[in-house]
Amino acid sequence: MYSQGLIGADGKTHEDAAFLAAFQARIDAEQKIEPNDPMPEGYRKTLVRQISQHAHSEIIGMQPEGNWISRAPTLRRKAALLAKVQDEGGHGLYLYSAAETLGVSREEMTEQLLSGAAKYSSIFNYPALTWADIGAIGWLVDGAAIMNQIVLCRCSYGPYARAMIRICKEESFHQRQGYEIMIALCNGSEEQKELAQDALNRFWWPSLMMFGPPEGESVHSNQSMIWKIKRFSNDDLRDKFINASVPQAEKLGLTIPDPDLKWNEAKQGYDHGEIDWDEFWRVVKGDGICNRERLKNRRRVDRDGAWVREAAMAHAQKRAARTASARIAAE
Amino acid sequence: MSGTCEPMMTSNQTLFSYVLRLADDHLILSQRLGEWCGEAPTLEEDLALANIALDLIGQARALYAYAGQVEGKGRDEDQLAFMRYERDYQNLLITEQPNGDFAHTIVRQFFISAYMDPFWRRMEGSKDDMLAAIAAKASKEVTYHLRHTSEWVIRLGDGTRESHERMVEALDDLMMFTGELFEMDAVAQEMLQSGVGVDASDLKAEWQHTVQTILQEATLELPKAGHMQTGGRMGRHSEHLGHILSELQYMQRSFPGLTW
Amino acid sequence: MSEAAMPLWEVFIRARNGLSHKHAGSIHATDAEMALHAARDVYTRRGEGQSIWVVRSSDIVASDPVDKDMMFEPTASKIYRHPTFYEIPDDVGNM
Repeated sequence: MYSQGLIGADGKTHEDAAFLAAFQARIDAEQKIEPNDPMPEGYRKTLVRQISQHAHSEIIGMQPEGNWISRAPTLRRKAALLAKVQDEGGHGLYLYSAAETLGVSREEMTEQLLSGAAKYSSIFNYPALTWADIGAIGWLVDGAAIMNQIVLCRCSYGPYARAMIRICKEESFHQRQGYEIMIALCNGSEEQKELAQDALNRFWWPSLMMFGPPEGESVHSNQSMIWKIKRFSNDDLRDKFINASVPQAEKLGLTIPDPDLKWNEAKQGYDHGEIDWDEFWRVVKGDGICNRERLKNRRRVDRDGAWVREAAMAHAQKRAARTASARIAAE
Repeated sequence: MSGTCEPMMTSNQTLFSYVLRLADDHLILSQRLGEWCGEAPTLEEDLALANIALDLIGQARALYAYAGQVEGKGRDEDQLAFMRYERDYQNLLITEQPNGDFAHTIVRQFFISAYMDPFWRRMEGSKDDMLAAIAAKASKEVTYHLRHTSEWVIRLGDGTRESHERMVEALDDLMMFTGELFEMDAVAQEMLQSGVGVDASDLKAEWQHTVQTILQEATLELPKAGHMQTGGRMGRHSEHLGHILSELQYMQRSFPGLTW
Repeated sequence: MSEAAMPLWEVFIRARNGLSHKHAGSIHATDAEMALHAARDVYTRRGEGQSIWVVRSSDIVASDPVDKDMMFEPTASKIYRHPTFYEIPDDVGNM
């Protein structure tokens, strides 16, 4: 679960005009680019950056929801939540693999995440405080992510597009899982409804921010569009998300926390209030309530697991050596 | 099974108790494994541990649902799983032991899987159709758990000096909880005699053989069996269970009687 | 803290008997047995598999995209390999 709003991609490239034109012709003909194909360095870099940010987001995204696995209110909810958070780990894995086809290793990408050099979706720096947040995250955060991910299934880079197809197929239950939690809350007691409204209040705006700042400010997205890594503008996808979510909120009997939200007959969509981009940049740059904790957790997990990985590698070497010496002995 | 005496009339109370304790084993262990989500040494292993935890939750749900049915008081799986007090949980002590490092988690899971694997296989022949059906599904799942944890025991035991030492410590720490696996109290005896339950004491030789074969390959040894802890089946637990329950039951206790 | 890279493996899954194994994705593992476990735990969680192959990515020999024309272009002109090249009167029926 991740949305666009690629942070800090550098689409600059230095190939000659003929090379770039030939490449662009392939893109325009909707031919997929595959791992060893010639490609502009800027294309490769943009993809590595975007796919790894996407992968990091999945991995960091396990934390806010993972925080509720031990406290899920029923066994059915517990199993569904565990399966969902597990999926996110799997999706991170698929995406790291897709990025690896571009010549960067999982270890390198992990180091970039742990050192703070790589970014991930800012939504995961918001805390999951109540059980209703698990509903809101599934409904809104996964809902926002899916808007973008469905488009990414048609991305020009083959391995990324294929990973996205698998991810979208698997994620189809995630949003339903969240919305079903919201339905149960909204059909429940007064306090349950309050929990639901409170979760919507806190997750609405951060979900809108997931699509990234408006195009004018998102410097590199134009090149990404030309290369068909990305196919819609941030604002277009955000509007699509709002138009889908408002009736869903109405069905739940919840109020979207935006007094300026109103239907615009002319554009057949909703107009929304001002998004607080200062907050967005603040959280992206590390000053959300959870930023430090999320990274610290990942560093701890990496450190705690190092001896296990070393042991498995050492064992594999011993085994290979034994096989080799047995072969020599037999000759 | 001797088969010399007529099957005794199985009181529902005994069957209820027998199914419930099995359910508790699986719930508590899955709760522990769930704590690993997002924390495993590799992404691949993160998914593997979650798969095991999901198998266990599935087994627990089937067992609680059946226990509720046997009891006949209208309690569903969640009321049984979430709405009892510490002393009413009858899980084996080993299932509630903390995750510790990866070595402790693997040894705990390995010990339990090496026990549950033959346990479920025998339970497939139970006279109780429901338990036999649950066993048929669970035995396939636990065979993989045993395979997977065995592979890790071998790699960690015969890996680096550090991993070996960690495994020795984990084996030492958990050994004293293995005696309880093979105990046969009055409930288990009655279930055995009526052809419903499994003779746990009879699984010991197979368990030892499985464990020792793998440990040998791992260049490890099974610690000497000293004093064995007991009490889980009577609701006498280690201090860890209370903390597990305080998280497990948090929602149901904070908002009693609601639908989620 | 630079850690040694764990080998990469390609995973192929047969969804149903009767179908061939199809590339599903990749995983990292230290050895073949663990690679098989990882492939099972990662790629067959929704009943997608009846059989799994894993192969070290470094053991795969791939054609170079640069050679694409040399490798694959020459077949494009050999239309007589395709059934539609031959003209058979309609009244002969399906052939």
